[in-house]
Order: sequence, then structure tokens, then C-alpha cells
Amino acid sequence: MITDPPTVDHLSPVQPGVDTTASDGVLLRVRDLHTHFHQRGKLFGGGGSSAVKAVDDVSFDLREGDIFGLIGESGSGKTTLGRTILGLAPATSGSVWWRGINLADINEKRFRPLRRQMGMIFQDPNASLNPAMTIVQGVGHPLQIHGITSNKREIRRRVAEMLERCGLTPAERYLDTYPEDVSGGQKQRVVIARTLITEPELIVADEPVAALDMSVRAKVLELMLDLKDQLGLTYVYITHDLTSGRFVCDQIGIMYLGELVEWGSASAIYDDPKHPYTTSLLEAVPLPDPSRKGRDKQLPVGEIPDALNPPTGCTFHPRCPRAFEPCGWEGEDLVDFFERRWTEVDADTFDRELDATGPLTQVTTDRFVARFKAASPDALIPLLNTLRTSGQDPIFSAVRDIATEGGDVVVRFEDGPAPALQPVAGRMVACHLHGIVPRP
Amino acid sequence: MTTAATNQHVLSVRNLRVAYSTPTGYLHAVDDVSFDLSAGESLGVVGESGCGKSTMGKALMQLLPPGAQMSGSVQLKDDELVGVSRRDLRRIRGEEMALVFQEPMTRLDPLMKISTHFVEAIRAHRPRTSKSAAREMGRKAMAQMGIPPTRADNYPHEFSGGMRQRIMIALGVVMQPSIIVADEPTTALDVIVEAQILDLLDRLRRDEDLGLILITHNLGIVAETCDRVAVMYAGRIVELGPVEEVFTTPKHPYTQGLLRSVISVDTTELASIEGFPPDLQHPPAGCRFAPRCDQVFSDCPVTDPRLTAVTDHTAAACLLYDGAYPPEHREGAHA
Repeated sequence: MITDPPTVDHLSPVQPGVDTTASDGVLLRVRDLHTHFHQRGKLFGGGGSSAVKAVDDVSFDLREGDIFGLIGESGSGKTTLGRTILGLAPATSGSVWWRGINLADINEKRFRPLRRQMGMIFQDPNASLNPAMTIVQGVGHPLQIHGITSNKREIRRRVAEMLERCGLTPAERYLDTYPEDVSGGQKQRVVIARTLITEPELIVADEPVAALDMSVRAKVLELMLDLKDQLGLTYVYITHDLTSGRFVCDQIGIMYLGELVEWGSASAIYDDPKHPYTTSLLEAVPLPDPSRKGRDKQLPVGEIPDALNPPTGCTFHPRCPRAFEPCGWEGEDLVDFFERRWTEVDADTFDRELDATGPLTQVTTDRFVARFKAASPDALIPLLNTLRTSGQDPIFSAVRDIATEGGDVVVRFEDGPAPALQPVAGRMVACHLHGIVPRP
Repeated sequence: MTTAATNQHVLSVRNLRVAYSTPTGYLHAVDDVSFDLSAGESLGVVGESGCGKSTMGKALMQLLPPGAQMSGSVQLKDDELVGVSRRDLRRIRGEEMALVFQEPMTRLDPLMKISTHFVEAIRAHRPRTSKSAAREMGRKAMAQMGIPPTRADNYPHEFSGGMRQRIMIALGVVMQPSIIVADEPTTALDVIVEAQILDLLDRLRRDEDLGLILITHNLGIVAETCDRVAVMYAGRIVELGPVEEVFTTPKHPYTQGLLRSVISVDTTELASIEGFPPDLQHPPAGCRFAPRCDQVFSDCPVTDPRLTAVTDHTAAACLLYDGAYPPEHREGAHA
């Protein structure tokens, strides 16, 4: 038997073909999982193929009975990771071990009987229910699909029981109504009932309360927690909402551009975040506490970058409030630096500096090189040197050299490695601040 | 609440009602709402969906759909907005009032450069402004909102969601209005970008002495950005007061329930308000919150409470406070 070497030390060993859930309590092992979406060249000419790394080298363990929170901004890959785990998005490489079976490596025929053991709850209950099916038809549908029963009376009995379990009592009042007849919170309860009707063990819940009104969010979350205890469920809880994560989750994985940047116990991460991105998320989240008003937030600059062209090194470095020399500075960052700087200086300084750099559209970048093609070297080189010695922006700490080449001003940066996950204070963190551990 | 010094208020709303005519009768989405806003002050308007907060915002902006009927008074500096002519309205929007919406992309012309948006917006109000002067005004407004001046000639699709919202706000404030009405301005944005935009709005309010009305379902945003908060329920303001007071010692049972049901990083127990908001075509006779209230008593289903001062700064519409009884009932309450 071949055992995959674990990527990081504290992940439990994988034993293909062996269901270890009963002995070590780990229900799901995600190992080196990649989900890439390939994009061909553009319709009208040009553009080579490129790939969006929606999930990029993710590994974690999910213990039976735990709630694992996947948290990140839109575009962080959290939904794709959830879908890949359930085989709803094809894994490019890596494995998802479920009771000794690699879900990422089996065909649909073998997956089918396993599907009833896993369910997914989607964000928008309106889009998850067929408006032409009554609630008993919709909720009972999976029973027929999975060949559990096709007896009408038995389906009705099971659906009624599940609806009541999900707080829709008396069930008789709901069975023959249509989704449009019930409120948003009730609709999500119907969706939960449909997910649970096949008695699954693992539920991937993708923003299950985000579309609901705030006064019912707590109720639906409470239902999910109660059902977990009653039915022994294990959840992957996908959310962009940090506020609910602490109360709901046992483990948290913070995702950024397809990578897990910090994961560990919810209390460790909320009490003492170790990745600057986690810290930023926690600082940014608005809380109903007026004493936080006017506090000095250390917010990252800009927005989550284009996943087709992610930054080098640590993908968070262009936005990171604590970025320093080894984080992977590159030519593109210098263009962004000037754009940002020019929103802060007066019009004269802007005009003068723009004359020095030339139009930024005339700057070409190739990873660690920025080439100012329309620059006035006599003005730009002293400007860059002044900025470099002023030490006010970390980008300049990574500048290798500034030179003139055939009339162009060329700035080269040192190579910065991408950070690997490393153990820090009882959780895993991918950040150079805790020691430079390059990704293999 | 309403003092003699009304003249320092940039906005005074009195007895504002918005009615929609439906096949089965009138529906008052906003029902007798009054409040004031001072220069440089921010007022948060919160409530569940359907409470009338967005309708109220649309009424302030004069963006109600055809068929909606508006009554009462909305005084913005020297202008009365209820019944205003289209011509005056065009001047007021932009010069006196800026509007910020949830989805900025739908408000920008995809075929127009950002700089052209500014030139058009400025010239609509000041037709004789030269193109270069308008561009310079636009450049300043953009820089204030953190949009690089080098991006002025880009098209809307070349910007990220957060940048588009910054552009919308910059366009709104380029004519230096007195107030901004923002309806869920950050709901479509991620939490970090949301915090960036709220910081910018806050800085703008301070620097330009702008009045800000922030309509949101997120109590956290209100607590962190607003001076005062109006809590709406079933078309009415049920509590109005300084954020510090309302969030620490809420007076109305609905506000109390709402604050309890917020899930925050400090949550140790989940709570929620039972039941649903009432059907506004047939609102309950007494207090509209009575059917859901955990402190309901015999008067509640029959007596409609008025918004009354409960402390020096906070008003609530709840019969737990004597002043909330209408005058003809008040003696009975004391007996």
C-alpha cells in the first residue's frame, strides 16, 4: 500500500483503502488539492491559454462532528473548494480521502452511491428549489433519485418527519404548498430538509444564511447546529461573514486567492490571528459596538486581484499592511505604487512625477522587472532613489537595481518566494513574518 | 427632539408618508416618519427587509416608482422636496444631495470614460464650466476618493467593484452637496472594501461637513459609522437616538431583539425575534410590533404608540414609556 507523504507534519497520515474514521476521528482528508480552470485564448485573436487557480494546493483534515469554516472574500476559492470536495467541480490534482476512498479519483458511477452520504446547502433558497414542485415532491425527490424508496406514502411520511425536524410544524401545512408560498427563512429550512432527507454524514453549506434577513439568520444557524448534534453531522461551512464563524465553527480555514493562508482552531484564530490577512478581515468587520467607532483600522489597500494573473510570492503582498522585503515584490507593484501615491500628492507633484515616469501605460512589466519606456531618466532615477532611501514603502526594500537601458529606466526586484504553511502558535500560517519557509 | 434651532438642520423630515395603491387598497410603506439631520452629522437607518427604510430613502431622493404617493414635508436647506418641480429637482440632486446606490455598475455609462462622466455631471449644473476646469474638479474629487488620476480616461468596466463605488461617490460629491443619501452602499462589496468605502465616506463627511444618511440592514456598520440611528419597523421609526445610547441601552423591545439577534464575534448564544413583520395593508390596530413583542401587555394591541422622548437624546415608540400614549389615552395610563 502506498501512503502519500503529508504536506505538513501535523496532518494525519493517509491510508488509502482504509476507513480510519472510527479510530482517528478524521472523516475527510484533503491533500494537495488543486482545482484549476483553463481559459483558452480570446475569441478574436491572440492570448495564449491561461489557468485560474481557484483552489491551489490546499490540505486539511476534517474531524467527524466538527464544523470547518472556510472563510474568505469573493474570489478566494472557498466555494470551488467546497464543490471540489463533493465532486461537483473536477479536481485538477490532489486527493479528497473519504473513508479510505479518494473522491477526486473515482468516476461518477462509483461516486453516485456515495452522494447520498454528502449534501450541499446553497446560499439562495429561491434558486435551490424547483418552483414547479410542491414541497413534498421537492424534498422527497432525493429519496427516489437514490432509490431509497419510491413508495408515495413512505416518501410523504419521511418528508413530514424531516420538515418537522427542521422546524416546519405542523408539516401537513407545508407538504402540498409550493416554495413561493413560504418565507425566505422557511424556504431555507425546506432546502435543509431536502439535503438531510438521505441521511448524509457530511454537509457542505455555502453561505446558508447570507441571503436571509438578520432576524432569522440566527434561527436557521441554530437549526443547523441542533441538527448536527441530533444527527451526528459534519459540516463544511463556507462564508464571507467572519462574525458567525467564531460561534459556529470548531476549525477555521482562511482562504485567499485559492490558498489556505491560515487554518486552525476557531478560538486560536479569532483570539490571536497570525496572518496579516486574517487580522485585516477581523479589523474590517463592522460590529454593533459603538466603542469601536473611529478606531484606526489597518486596512489592506485595494481589492482581491485578478485570479488569472495573481501576484508573485505571497499573493497577498500587494495589499498587506505588514509586507516586507521577501514577500515577492514585482514590476506591477511599482506601477500600483505610483498610482496610489498620486492620489495623495498635490497636482504639481503629480504633474512633475508623471513627467518623470512618462504615462504608466508605457510601462511594461515582466514579473521582477519594470521598464519605464517613456521616462525622463534624468528625473526618474533621482526620484526612485529618493523614494528608495526614504524607506516609506516596503516595495523599495526589494529593489535589486535601478538602471538606464537604451533610454528606458529599468527597475529590477529580488525574487521573493511564496510562503508555505508553517506551524505557528498551534495553527498553520503561510506568512514570511513567522520565518521564511518557501513553498516547494 | 425638535428644537427651536431648526435652522441648523440641513434636512428636516416631517410626517413623511409614502403610500402605494394596490388592487386591495392602500399600503403605507412609510408611515408618519419625522427626523432632522444636521450638517456633518451621520444618521443610520436600520431595520429588517420590508420595514420601509429603502422606500424612505427613495422618497428622500425623489425616486419613488410611479403610483407612489408622498405626503408630509422634506425640507432640504431652503427647498421643500415634497411636490418639487422636475426642474428644481434636477438642480437639488447633485448640488444639494448626492445619491449612492448598492450596485454602482448599473449607474455608470459603460460607453463613457470616467472623466467624461465628471465633465457631464459638472456641466449639467454649471453649463459654462470649461472642459479643462471640469476635468480638474473631477481630478480633485477622484483623488479625494483614492482613485488614481492616471485612470481618469478609463471606462467603467476597467475598474473593480470597490473602485466603481468610489467613482459613484466622487461623482456625487463633485458639486459639493450638503447631504449624501446612501442606500446599502457596501452590500455588494467584500468586508475589507466595505471598510475602505465606509472610511472614505466618514472622512468626506468630516472634511466637507456633509450630512450622511446611511440606509443599511447591518447594525455593525451603523454602530461604527453613524452619530445617530433610526430603527424602523413596519414603516415607522420606533427608536431614534445617539448610536452610543441606542446600542448600549436600547429602549424599544424591537431594538433590543434586533441587537440580540446580531451574530458577532462575541456571540455565545443565538437569539432571534419570533414571528414576521406585519402585512402593511392590514397593520395591527395598536402597536405594530405587539404580536412579536416579548414585553407585550394589555394596552399594546389596542393603543398605537407615538414616538416620544425617553431620555434627553433618545425617543422610542413604545407604551412602556408613558409619553408614547396618544393625548386622549394618557390620563387612563396614569390612573
